[in-house]
Amino acid sequence: MTPERDPLWDSGLLREERAAARALLDASRREEEGLEDPVIQLCDLVLEFGTTRVLDGISLEVQPGDTLCVLGGSGTGKSTLLRLILGLLRPTAGQIFVRGSDVCRATDRELMELRQDMGMVFQASALFDSLTIYDNVAFYLHEHLDLAEDEVEARVLESLEFVDLDPEQIRDLLPAELSGGMRKRVGIARALIHRPSILLYDEPTSGLDPITTRTIDDLIGKLQRELAVTSVVVTHDIRSAFRIANGVALLCDGHIVFQGTPEEMMASDNAYVRDFLH
Amino acid sequence: MSLAATVTAPFRYVSRRARTLAWHAQSYFGLLGRALQGSVTRPFYLRDLTVQLDVVGVGSIGIVLLTGLFTGMVLALQSAVELRQFGAEIYIGRLVGASAVRELGPVLTALMVTGRAGSGIAAELGAMRVTEQIDALKTMGVDPVRKLVVPRFLACLIALPLLTIITDLIAILGGLLIAVAKLDLSVDLYMRSVYLALAQTGFTLGFLSIDFVSGFLKPIVFGAIIAVTSCYFGLGTTGGTEGVGRAATGTVVTSSIFILMSDYFLTQLIIALLIE
Repeated sequence: MTPERDPLWDSGLLREERAAARALLDASRREEEGLEDPVIQLCDLVLEFGTTRVLDGISLEVQPGDTLCVLGGSGTGKSTLLRLILGLLRPTAGQIFVRGSDVCRATDRELMELRQDMGMVFQASALFDSLTIYDNVAFYLHEHLDLAEDEVEARVLESLEFVDLDPEQIRDLLPAELSGGMRKRVGIARALIHRPSILLYDEPTSGLDPITTRTIDDLIGKLQRELAVTSVVVTHDIRSAFRIANGVALLCDGHIVFQGTPEEMMASDNAYVRDFLH
Repeated sequence: MSLAATVTAPFRYVSRRARTLAWHAQSYFGLLGRALQGSVTRPFYLRDLTVQLDVVGVGSIGIVLLTGLFTGMVLALQSAVELRQFGAEIYIGRLVGASAVRELGPVLTALMVTGRAGSGIAAELGAMRVTEQIDALKTMGVDPVRKLVVPRFLACLIALPLLTIITDLIAILGGLLIAVAKLDLSVDLYMRSVYLALAQTGFTLGFLSIDFVSGFLKPIVFGAIIAVTSCYFGLGTTGGTEGVGRAATGTVVTSSIFILMSDYFLTQLIIALLIE
């Protein structure tokens, strides 16, 4: 269960230099193969909390319009990966690029701007307790856009309808008055209100019954098909991942032990992958 | 453990604690700096400020009224016992007025607001932190310091001096009640005595009693302490609901200590600048 050998490992370069070299090599390979630039690119990422190494040499790419599912057991650093992409945490070493911008070197102001093209669906929805559902979903529009209230309302209703919720029934309710599945859907409606091109999901189906899980999976698929959103979904639900993803990565002890398509994962003979699948 | 490690262990412990303390001090004053910067630069969250003024200011009026009233009454009662021995009951107004306006009004108001609003702010922000609402704000491109800290900071800065004035006035009124009802002093005599106490330290700008100015300056500093401490503890909450409880407790203890310490230094400063 060792990570794939890094070809730059014996080059004598420092980790930061290796990450930069890897980014350059990847860019030239893409140019040769005529591929688009990845929307999200993680290069040789390391994260340590004190003496604990949470992530160790993670390298990943997410292409435009793709849905990548990051799988792994509890405590393997899956959610941390999303926080790093958002710039909520700084890595100990390595680089993170979102649409070509280096998240690790961005100032607070630059990060705020970068995040305006991203949406995040939190594990426990993270809806604002003191605001109604309408105000929660309209939050981004009220904060950043100088729109007439009519237009805000139209966009909020459209967003809520997109996630199959009845706006008239729930718009004036508080988050505490909704079921878990409805809160997740409101979380998705809030995340997509400003039409971000990147959506990050942290365990979107955890704690939900199989039917609601299916509904959320369908919704993630619908977002990918209809809005061409690039998504990273962190989950430990294999069924869910195989339904929505066109790429999967399996994390274990801070390393990526498998990366490929769901079909390749099913056919993998890696012992840990087989253990995880069965 | 080797002998050298055993001998150096206490030093390493002290060094570690000192580093942690220095880190907290840096973060605390960093938050104060960002709150000050956010108070004078866009975006302004006026609606949030209004809500916080209601929570911190209007919501605290009840307890400061009670605090002021009973503090004034007990001051009058206690001082009457001492002053009666010298037949000097007419000086009760001086004692109540000076104590309330110089010290007890600002300090007790600040301690009451810490217990009521400060702990509430820490618990609210702490709950937002552990339920990832703070992260949600950041992911939506909103700076939590500007959105959450600055309105609370300004609300405390505005509300504390006003609440202190209310406490001062009610404390003087409480003393008056006891002076008139139990000690048979006239209203005029009591109020004249209060005025003399306030005039004793002199006036600044020709008409503002120095006691009044000091009683107004202190609450501004206390307000900043309450806001920054409660927001610091709230935003730094870790460890789920238990952490929220710790944040609220930590806010009350730390704010109270900071208020009492800064009261001493502010009094020194006011004496040096305005009285001497």
